[in-house]
Amino acid sequence: MWEYTDKVKDHFFNPRNVGEVEDPDGVGEVGSLACGDALRLTFKLDKNGRIAEAKFKTFGCASAIATSSVLTELIKGKTLEEAMKVTNKEIAEYLGGLPEQKMHCSVMGREALEAAVANYRGGGQVKHEIDGNLVCTCFGVTDKEIERVIRENDLTTVEQVTNYCKAGGGCGGCRGEIEKIIERIQGERVKEQMLPPPRKGGKLTTIQKIQLIQQTINEQVRPALRAHGGNVELIDVEGDKVIIAFRGMCAQCKVSEFTMTDVVQAKLREFVAPDLYVEEDADTTGEPHEHKA
Amino acid sequence: MQVIYFDNNATTRVADEVYEEMQPYFRQLYGNPSSMHTFGGQVGIKIREARARVAGLLGCDPSEIIFTSCGTESDSTAIHGTLAAMPHKRKVITTRVEHPAVLSVCRDLESHGFTVVELGVDKLGRLDLDELEHQLNNDTALVTIMSANNETGVIFPIEQIAEMVTGRGIAFHTDAVQVVGKVPLHLSKSPINLLSLSGHKLHAPKGVGVLYVKKGTRIAPFLLGGHQEGGRRAGTENVPGIVGLGRACESAAQNMADENTRVKRLRDRLEKALLKGCPDSRINGDSESRLPNTTNISFEFVEGEAILLLLDRHGICASSGSACSSGSLEPSHVLRAMGVPFTAAHGSIRFSLSRYNTQEEVDFTIQKMPEIIYRLRELSPFVQNTVRV
Repeated sequence: MWEYTDKVKDHFFNPRNVGEVEDPDGVGEVGSLACGDALRLTFKLDKNGRIAEAKFKTFGCASAIATSSVLTELIKGKTLEEAMKVTNKEIAEYLGGLPEQKMHCSVMGREALEAAVANYRGGGQVKHEIDGNLVCTCFGVTDKEIERVIRENDLTTVEQVTNYCKAGGGCGGCRGEIEKIIERIQGERVKEQMLPPPRKGGKLTTIQKIQLIQQTINEQVRPALRAHGGNVELIDVEGDKVIIAFRGMCAQCKVSEFTMTDVVQAKLREFVAPDLYVEEDADTTGEPHEHKA
Repeated sequence: MQVIYFDNNATTRVADEVYEEMQPYFRQLYGNPSSMHTFGGQVGIKIREARARVAGLLGCDPSEIIFTSCGTESDSTAIHGTLAAMPHKRKVITTRVEHPAVLSVCRDLESHGFTVVELGVDKLGRLDLDELEHQLNNDTALVTIMSANNETGVIFPIEQIAEMVTGRGIAFHTDAVQVVGKVPLHLSKSPINLLSLSGHKLHAPKGVGVLYVKKGTRIAPFLLGGHQEGGRRAGTENVPGIVGLGRACESAAQNMADENTRVKRLRDRLEKALLKGCPDSRINGDSESRLPNTTNISFEFVEGEAILLLLDRHGICASSGSACSSGSLEPSHVLRAMGVPFTAAHGSIRFSLSRYNTQEEVDFTIQKMPEIIYRLRELSPFVQNTVRV
């Protein structure tokens, strides 16, 4: 059971400002059903450009509803410039803290506000546009958003980033990339905390090489394939030739030879040895032996 | 506040008669059954009695019962023990809807060079037995498939699967923690090689489980150490737990009819009324082949954790397959494997009953639930006009 503060419980059981503002000046929508939480924020300005009314509708857990409720309370009476300064940290602090795994709810509140303000400034035209390059495809999180939560909340681990914006919480395929972003922003501070990447092969015995290949496949390739119902198996290693077989959805995937073999090869060259090349096992490519379509 | 406990697939209340029978084994009869003195020896006799009682419920020989610390240990022992006894075979078959106690172990095996096949399920959570047959080959060491799903209650045709698998000379294990005490078992007449059960799912305390190992099944011990459990599971016995489990098995046999009639009727009453009282709700799982105590219902456009907390205010305990309630970011792997749409998976609630539930409790829940769903839908951006029934 989650340990929610009394404030969180209060705002969940008695949410303030539920609904939609009639004839709103700004509308912001973030999240989706697939993500497990979504927020629709509407606001209306008074003559002086201050937020006169703000309402929300939220699909999500107790902390998603509580953060939405607090957000509307915090921004009322503020100018848009002032409102935009509200950070996810402030929302969380107002609630007396949130469980670490729920911090993304506070970030969603801040994003909805930004979307609503952008919508207002764009004359009701602009929808929340994706800014930056997509890093986490499971939850649709870009590098810009990841950088921002790292900076604003001083995050140093991938796990924290997942807690704050969900990135990396699905298939886990982007965790390496998130690690690089953290390293770029936090620099030396986080270097020693990081798990060492698989040792890059200097002089390897054959057994060491095979183990390193297996480890690289386990850690760098398999999680991403798993997320899409697929899998990969190491069949054999002959000198620099690595023979693999795709399973599950990957086995029937028409494009697998163009993409997945290349991906595996790139990873193995990066983490094991630059001369490796990957081939699909001839015996098994013809007869995918997992889930029939 | 009165607690209405509908989360019996998570854990159950220890039965009064079980608790009573355990009492002497904490402070009076605390001897070690392995000791040579009479004081310890009398405890050994009690363990033998418990073993016979468990065997009675399972319909097997007492020598085929190994006491463990929990269902998870039983599962790990079955899987690792079988593979260790069969080092020349490298393939394991399981399903995508297994409990993590099996699924995580299997996924870890992949990193050790095993080929692991996870069979999919259809929309109702049913297995395709042709697909299983297709996957069996000479390299297959073990097939491990649960007897009934903990989240949906869907029962797999485990006898038929066991025939198919063992007929090919392959070991078959089933995690049966949810069916023991609800579905009659006659393991001596069954081809099942290995079966796991957990004490606290059938009104015995937490911290005790059983692995049934059919005579002639090759298995290497998982925990090494002393000679307890015939050398098949080292470690000083959890005497009070084992005594309690023995008593719980006897009670389970006596109450099995009640589970399948009265408890089932309560479940059906709850389910029918909730589907009627809450629009846009649906059952997850095959209602034709299901545990008598379990119902898993999705309430669309609302989120499970929020439902649970509102139920909790009325003292009603249930569980959810939503992402938020698990602490992960994705909803239940079982519902996803069944292809339940996200809209429904996030709003799934499992009610699991026991023989201690009453019709008053069911009716109270039936009365409270529509209001909770209505209230959350009013908050939901995905609902335009909430319908109040």
